[in-house]
Amino acid sequence: MSGDPIYTEMIIEYSRNPSNFGKIDNAQIKRHDSNPLCGDSIDLYLSIDDKKISDVKFDGKGCAICMACSSVLTEMIKGKDLDEVKKFEKDELLSELGLEHLIKTSPVRIKCALLSLKALKYGIYSYFAEKMNDAESAGNLKDEAANLY
Amino acid sequence: MKMQANTYSLETIRKDFPVLNRRVRDDKKLVYLDNAATTQKPNQVIDAITDYYQNHNSNIHRAVHALAEESTEAFEVTRDKIAKFLNIQNREEIVFVKGTTEAINLISYAWGRDNVQKGDIVVTTEYEHHSNIVPWQLLTQETGAELKYINIDDKGELMLEQLDEYLATGKVKLVAISHVSNVLGTITDIQKVITKCKNANAKILVDGAQAVPHMKVDIANLGCDFYAFSAHKMLGPTGVGILWARKEILENMKPFHGGGDMIREVHKYETTWNDLPYKFEAGTPNVADVISFAAAIDYLAKIGMDNVRNHEIELTKYALEKMSNVKGLTIYGPKDPQKASGVISFNFNDVHPHDVATIIDKNGVAIRSGHHCAQVLMEKLNVAATNRASFYIYTTKEEVDTLIDSLEQVAKVFKL
Repeated sequence: MSGDPIYTEMIIEYSRNPSNFGKIDNAQIKRHDSNPLCGDSIDLYLSIDDKKISDVKFDGKGCAICMACSSVLTEMIKGKDLDEVKKFEKDELLSELGLEHLIKTSPVRIKCALLSLKALKYGIYSYFAEKMNDAESAGNLKDEAANLY
Repeated sequence: MKMQANTYSLETIRKDFPVLNRRVRDDKKLVYLDNAATTQKPNQVIDAITDYYQNHNSNIHRAVHALAEESTEAFEVTRDKIAKFLNIQNREEIVFVKGTTEAINLISYAWGRDNVQKGDIVVTTEYEHHSNIVPWQLLTQETGAELKYINIDDKGELMLEQLDEYLATGKVKLVAISHVSNVLGTITDIQKVITKCKNANAKILVDGAQAVPHMKVDIANLGCDFYAFSAHKMLGPTGVGILWARKEILENMKPFHGGGDMIREVHKYETTWNDLPYKFEAGTPNVADVISFAAAIDYLAKIGMDNVRNHEIELTKYALEKMSNVKGLTIYGPKDPQKASGVISFNFNDVHPHDVATIIDKNGVAIRSGHHCAQVLMEKLNVAATNRASFYIYTTKEEVDTLIDSLEQVAKVFKL
């Protein structure tokens, strides 16, 4: 295949063996999201300890891109402070997997790549609003999630 | 390779479809196998659209000028051609809508709200498109009626004994069922279903979106109450659907939409309705596309629906045989080409259908991947999604070969 590669070694490897795959019982944040047109469907679980993401897992069904991006996202945010995570941008995730080109080349597959990030932004938005009383951050996160793709 | 028609070879048919010459992605020959979603359009249809806008464009049923008369006549000619094509006795039973979805919703609202009550049952099946599930969910939730499903068996066929059980309650007001499944290609034993419904005095709606394009359908002899299909799945333009319903039912129904053309007289506080079918055609219809749909009907009639069907049986048989030799391929639905239309749903090892579709798209192969607007069926099959290859009159065996060869690419990428 020529053109911008999608199915790199790294993506195939992550899709075969996703990181942080599973559930967290009693997670403070749990968010389900799906792409209605393609059938990717995931649940994201976050444990928060002193404003830090002490643990994160995801499960569900999805294509290789969705599985790889969800894996990498969970790896990138684990142990991070929520204030840091709230600034997380889609380019950081996409470039980690060499998928920046999807934004331009595949408006359909970009949804697979960003589904878990959307779930993350929606998930922590309500946490900021309800648990941290930070309406401004919550509002920003909600807007970002809604306009992610 | 020749079609079984004496006068039409596959080669001459393909020449009528300019898009089939397209090269896509990395200069690959387009292999279009997404015909269950929509078919390509022949020059005859494309030219008819152009001709309408260049020479006749006008609103219909009102003005007396030349263009209006020409457009009105051409619009009504399509209605007559549909009547002939499907053996419909009364042309006023043919209502133009924007698609199968609107046709089913029209029945759900304009017939369902007045005829289905609390305690009644509406029956549908596990292999319906969302457009033949959601309108009935809305209706039953609103009225307090019950929605029941006919399940499918391991072969992808309906378990019709369940229909007997439902009908035996005497509470079934409507059975809404696909003539052909859009995912599995299964051909419903529709005559049997209709007979059962008639004996139990239940109304029967047939979703023919995947049937009319692929086989001979004779509405007068079927004996159902409602039949719906779309032009764009049978060489015609998008935005045209056809609802056929029995005259006596349409006459007793309230209108669906109020507006122009559906009225006889409008006063400040009351209105009388126009005759059938105009009572159900409020507003300016999709004039250009209805008119050019006639060219699609002519095209199919010329080939002959038996030839269309035979071509698909031959292709499906060929594809199923070849695919049965591919390691790791799971095929859903009937394995007997006589029992299915030209649709094959499959999964390749544990590779997600979106990954399969993306990889083979690089080879120019266009298939559908996803849940095909049939999530109830996906749940039943216990899969998130499937790949679907669907054939039509211009599909060749070489294209089927390209599809199967492309799967090797998928195996390579995923190291299977």
